[in-house]
Amino acid sequence: MPLLEDGRLVADDWVTVADDAPLPDPPAILTLARLRAEDLAGRNAPLGLALDPATQPEEIADLLPRLSLVAVLLPKSKDGRAFTQARSLREHHGFQGEIRATGHVLPDQYRMLLRCGVSTVQLPEGADPAVWTRSADLVDIAYQPARDAGAPLGLRRRRLERV
Amino acid sequence: MNAYVDVTALPAPAYPPHARTYRYDEVDREFLQERIAEFSGQVERRLAGALTEDEFKPLRLMNGLYLQLHAYMYRIAIPYGILNATQLRQLAMIARRWDRGFGHFTTRQNIQFNWTRLEDVPDIMRALADVDMHAIQTSGNCIRNTTTDEYAGASPDEVADPRVYAEIIRQWSTLHPEFTWLPRKFKIAITGAPHDRVALQAHDVGVVVRKNAAGETGFEVWAGGGLGRTPVLARKIRDWVGEDEFLAYLEAVLRVYNALGNRDNIYKARIKILVRDLGDEFAERVEAEFARLPKRKYRLDPEIVDQIASHFAPPPFAALPDNPQAYAQALDGNAEFAAWAKQSVRAHKAPGYASVTISLKPIGGIPGDASAEQMEAVATLAERHSFGEIRVTHVQNLVLPHVRQEDLLAVWDGLRAAGLATPNIGLISDIIACPGMDYCALATARSIPVAQMISERFASLDRQLDIGECFINISGCINACGHHHVGHIGILGVDKRGAESYQITLGGSATNDAAIGELVGPGFAYDAVTDAVETILRTYVAHRAAGERFVDTYRRIGLAPFKEALYAVA
Ligand code: SF4
Repeated sequence: MPLLEDGRLVADDWVTVADDAPLPDPPAILTLARLRAEDLAGRNAPLGLALDPATQPEEIADLLPRLSLVAVLLPKSKDGRAFTQARSLREHHGFQGEIRATGHVLPDQYRMLLRCGVSTVQLPEGADPAVWTRSADLVDIAYQPARDAGAPLGLRRRRLERV
Repeated sequence: MNAYVDVTALPAPAYPPHARTYRYDEVDREFLQERIAEFSGQVERRLAGALTEDEFKPLRLMNGLYLQLHAYMYRIAIPYGILNATQLRQLAMIARRWDRGFGHFTTRQNIQFNWTRLEDVPDIMRALADVDMHAIQTSGNCIRNTTTDEYAGASPDEVADPRVYAEIIRQWSTLHPEFTWLPRKFKIAITGAPHDRVALQAHDVGVVVRKNAAGETGFEVWAGGGLGRTPVLARKIRDWVGEDEFLAYLEAVLRVYNALGNRDNIYKARIKILVRDLGDEFAERVEAEFARLPKRKYRLDPEIVDQIASHFAPPPFAALPDNPQAYAQALDGNAEFAAWAKQSVRAHKAPGYASVTISLKPIGGIPGDASAEQMEAVATLAERHSFGEIRVTHVQNLVLPHVRQEDLLAVWDGLRAAGLATPNIGLISDIIACPGMDYCALATARSIPVAQMISERFASLDRQLDIGECFINISGCINACGHHHVGHIGILGVDKRGAESYQITLGGSATNDAAIGELVGPGFAYDAVTDAVETILRTYVAHRAAGERFVDTYRRIGLAPFKEALYAVA
């Protein structure tokens, strides 16, 4: 599936692995159960976690040092738990890797996802990235702090620039 | 890195004293235009088929657009219920031009138009933006319009001005990146007075602004209230949050809710269910989240508070004596005026001034409705007599907050000419009713006609005065938009095998003594409800001790005498 990063489509190096499939060589995204069950001692290729919307980031904090990617999921576009998960991963756990939004994501959510710390979005087949960037850039005034870089401004209104 | 940078800190505007409402500057206006462009684009994508109706629905709801029984309903935000005269005139214009000449004021201190055509919405949005208004976040699963005390800045019992913090909440929650896709809608009420006029415990979050012994401002926070099919009263989760940590604390509450609120069943998705199920653990989780939040980032800067507070500076009150002779004489010489003043005029913190509550509940009328002409009449009176300021109350009336006592007779004359001088504030015909079957697609029964029947039955002012303070709340279905659970007399219309049946609860309250009403027994048919209310009130009158209001008597004698009177076999 196409992957959106920095407003552009980029190659996706990751494979999402089913619980009963063999572990492949390339960077692999696993479920929490699989990650916990697997003996990963010898593995050097990057690992990713498909985080269930109901799992709190605290529950996977111990795994984060080994993870290069966390995929958060919007089962339906209006199920917004991923926003809090992303923000918590960045803000409380200092997670530096890729946070990927998957599932039923709307272009109208792109700006908010980025502001919560999401870095990439898995798009539906055939999606036009321009629709996503246009939607993200439409409103560039924000009234509250988020995961945006820059000085802490508290409630001060600020102008956003996508970088 | 793929993220946003806060490129520029935008200045907070400074304004002349007494701006009446929060005054927009270029930044706020630019934001509004961006938001209009965003919604227009969403409408285009919907029309082009790029968005499914399922995907579009939450987006249109977040812009105040509902699909009702006969047409779209457009709900316009009146932040914390404060309007200036120019804005009210514009609402009158919209009512006339794009609706049927009426607007409907709601219990959320907003206004809605019930006959909106989708193709007119962009024009209406622009007309609203011309007077710094919009419909953002009046619906949908986001943080809704914050409500506050309709007498804020005027009431003698006020400890701190809640409008300042209501505006701070408004700004903070506007397109909040994390809390726009919550499990359900989220309603915050805030008060700065010890007497609860905001139904604090019926809200997802209720905030009391307080001052400590050192004169510092802080907040008492309640959470988990809500009506709907499972009514729950909010519980207190914090005695004191310092002003600078207010937003950090709200972030923590919302984060816990967004992470843990039920997503599978919309009837279990409100925060009240989470708070009820978690019990004390809810507050503990909020504390844990609060403790680890980067406080510097979420700090509420006192400078920002001051700047926003400058918008709500007191109007230039004249030095006037209380109870001027002109007013006393008018009261003495005009019984009708005196009767109205008794119900509608309220003490003010500035000597020589008063607040006037305008009833939108004429006998036999639709609660909360106002015609374009009436809105204009109120706007004119506000300009002449109340520094151009109007409030919308959570019981669907209007308020002129700052009227000179010597002008009260002139205000009454003006209201009378506009058909707005019904002297029934706080009395039995000051009914809250949801739109019900007349407009609402979810309704199981009529609501407005029941209000009309009851108000006609008790049309006599003498009778109403004899009954005294008694609040009737009517909902047309279990969603409880008419807040029937917290009415002294609550009426819920349900569908019973194809016929409307009205369940009556007694003893509810939405103020400091908040309580959920108790069901009196089996429901009543549509044409028997008014008789049932009559019986209930007769029972009260027969049992009351001197000075007791309906709800006091009810609390003393309980349900049994009412049950007996209602269901006794003749
Ligand atoms: S209570 Fe029911 S009928 Fe009344 S407005 Fe709400 S949803 Fe509609």
